[in-house]
Amino acid sequence: MRIFDPHIHMSSRTTDDYERMAAAGVRVLLEPAFWLGQPRTSAESFCDYFDSLVGWEPFRASQFGIRHHCAIALNPKEANDARCREVLDLLPRYLAKDGVVAVGELGYDSMTPDEDEVFAAQLALAVEHELPALVHTPHRDKKRGTERTLDVVKESGIGPGRVVVDHLNEVTVAMVAGSGCWMGFSIYPGTKMSPPRMAAILREYGLARMLVNSAADWGRSDPLLTRRTGEAMLAAGFTDDDVDQVLWRNPVEFFGQSGRLDLSPVQPPEVTFADNSILRGGG
Amino acid sequence: MTGEDLQAALDGAVVNPTWLADALARVQASPAAIAGLFPAVGRHCGRGPLPDPGQELDGWTVDDAARVLLLTALPLRRTALADAAGALYRYGDAAEKRAVLRALPRLGIGNDGVELLRDAIRTNDPRLVAAALGPYASQLDDAMWRQAVLKCVFMEIPLSTVTGLTGRADGELARMLAALATERHAAGRTIPADATALLTKLTGGWPAESDHEKEAD
Repeated sequence: MRIFDPHIHMSSRTTDDYERMAAAGVRVLLEPAFWLGQPRTSAESFCDYFDSLVGWEPFRASQFGIRHHCAIALNPKEANDARCREVLDLLPRYLAKDGVVAVGELGYDSMTPDEDEVFAAQLALAVEHELPALVHTPHRDKKRGTERTLDVVKESGIGPGRVVVDHLNEVTVAMVAGSGCWMGFSIYPGTKMSPPRMAAILREYGLARMLVNSAADWGRSDPLLTRRTGEAMLAAGFTDDDVDQVLWRNPVEFFGQSGRLDLSPVQPPEVTFADNSILRGGG
Repeated sequence: MTGEDLQAALDGAVVNPTWLADALARVQASPAAIAGLFPAVGRHCGRGPLPDPGQELDGWTVDDAARVLLLTALPLRRTALADAAGALYRYGDAAEKRAVLRALPRLGIGNDGVELLRDAIRTNDPRLVAAALGPYASQLDDAMWRQAVLKCVFMEIPLSTVTGLTGRADGELARMLAALATERHAAGRTIPADATALLTKLTGGWPAESDHEKEAD
């Protein structure tokens, strides 16, 4: 089983997770920029984070032969803090980079006017930089948040085929299916989807435009739930090819729209060098 | 530096030469344009090794050479040029940072780029540590330079990448290497062969036990 996890926050995970993910079949992943739990209070702090998404994390992933890509954005939660607003001015530098294959995570947290403004501005940046957009849907008031998200996407002028609307569930999937946007599902214990429920949704809505991710982060989450979903699909009667479409070919097609997706094997010398420095734990 | 050697090394090696020519013209006309062009070099020019690098550019890639060419094409001097290089480094990914490090001795900025070297040496990224020990490392003070060489030994970066190693290696570096070898031997480990060879050269044959241990492996 070859796996591309299209949404996982590796900055919050240990090196052991990279090792387990590689063993489970994860070859490629996408880490979208998001909230770190502790609110940031300046744009510089975001820069250090973005630097780790294009620097340290790809380097760490390479130890285990995993290709790391990222999406860069000012997340909706921190869009509400005026001190972080100048991040928008720094985004063009990062959106020009090789490892950046999307703008994200965008979307709503509490659906405030500040969030409206930052969301629209970043969809415009996605159009300008010819990048797809990763848009999450809020935890609270999810149905209305998803409707409003689709309205904003439509108004922005970005093609719906270049947008994935994420963290969907049984209640929100239908409206996104009808919009032409891609549908993202986070298989996340407790608060989001489970592998058997995911298999049922795939049975009902088909495999096209479907992305399955672990969204593993600093919460109680599991980076191997992509693999578990593939297994649940097989148990539900899907074929190996179906699993490959959902866990590999679909994310390759979606993020391939950036023109920057690098699926080549990680160069062995990099692995050898980096292995030494990381296994030693600081140098 | 005129960059003629870079132009020659890149001749026939660039995936999209029109893009590079256009990018050079753009940064000459508008230096700020480099912020968006510098990160995009790998995608348009390629990332493979230079086909015929010669001694000066040994180990350089096509994107390294193209980025250095862009940086040297900026119509800026001294402090303004050092500031521009600093910003590209500050916001650069590893490939961009490595290119800035490689460019430093060609910019005519004296020691204004030393802080970038010090930053690179603090990283745990062998691509950056190795690039920091090129010709511009002559600007580092002796203490920092010895620490950087020792870090190469720790990270198993080949010492052949350190420019001017044998000319600058001194008794203090030998002492540090010997102490590392002793510590490693106490733990049943060795130091890399090139470090042993350097130590042997600096101390006239000591320490013999590291050679025995290698034979025993």
